[in-house]
Amino acid sequence: MTELIRSSYPVETADYASAGSASADIKRKLKQLGITGDVLRRVSVASYEVELNLVIHSLGGELTLSVFPEYVQLVSADRGPGIPDLSLAMREGWSTANDEARSLGFGAGMGLPNMKRNADDFDIQSEVGVGTTITMKFKLA
Amino acid sequence: MTIQDMVRVLNARVLIGEEKLDMPVYTACCSDLMSDVLAFVDEKTVLITGLTNPHVVRTSEMLDLKCLVFVRGKVPSEEILDSAEEQGLVVITTKATAFTACGLLYAEGLRGVPVPLEWDMEGKK
Repeated sequence: MTELIRSSYPVETADYASAGSASADIKRKLKQLGITGDVLRRVSVASYEVELNLVIHSLGGELTLSVFPEYVQLVSADRGPGIPDLSLAMREGWSTANDEARSLGFGAGMGLPNMKRNADDFDIQSEVGVGTTITMKFKLA
Repeated sequence: MTIQDMVRVLNARVLIGEEKLDMPVYTACCSDLMSDVLAFVDEKTVLITGLTNPHVVRTSEMLDLKCLVFVRGKVPSEEILDSAEEQGLVVITTKATAFTACGLLYAEGLRGVPVPLEWDMEGKK
């Protein structure tokens, strides 16, 4: 399937100051493509959540936006540390966020469940010592 | 009500968006927890908060919120206000506490943002 756009954004660990800048750019790009309304909002929320997760929990990674004629895809791939218990991580309210993240208003344990809720298709693969990859798809119309 | 009515009811000061005060508002949410705002807010609404870091504006941007109300007289930094202005947000500050601000607005007819039912269903284990 033809890929209309592909953009990758490196996201650094503990970079709280610029956290969200990739998501802001993703939102701008989607708007330029004429993607609006519910899909735009869902992609934006999921992208911000996953970007914050990279900043708060990962050792650094990359967020990649791809737009196809039929769907928008977000892939977050990090360099570790990996999630020991995925079912616990997916549980609402479960959080291992540090005090800095919490002081900014995050770390309520809503991130992963909220991504899953907003995406039409959500997949998470994680291996301790290797890393975590999250793939989300959002159908267009 | 309009944002202008909110300014009157809260005896608030307008920090950004003076030209947009006639915008209608029907609902609001109040939280210092951006995680919850991102998870529960589904519409273009008003956020009442005591948190003044850049992520409040970033969260508003992702959700296309209309207006930010800072309580307890808080005023965010110039940098944060600039980014709010860039995205066309209205930003006001009131001396009222979060509890009082919500009560005053509720009494004037503003209501809480509805939480989607399917979320309630999914959330219950």
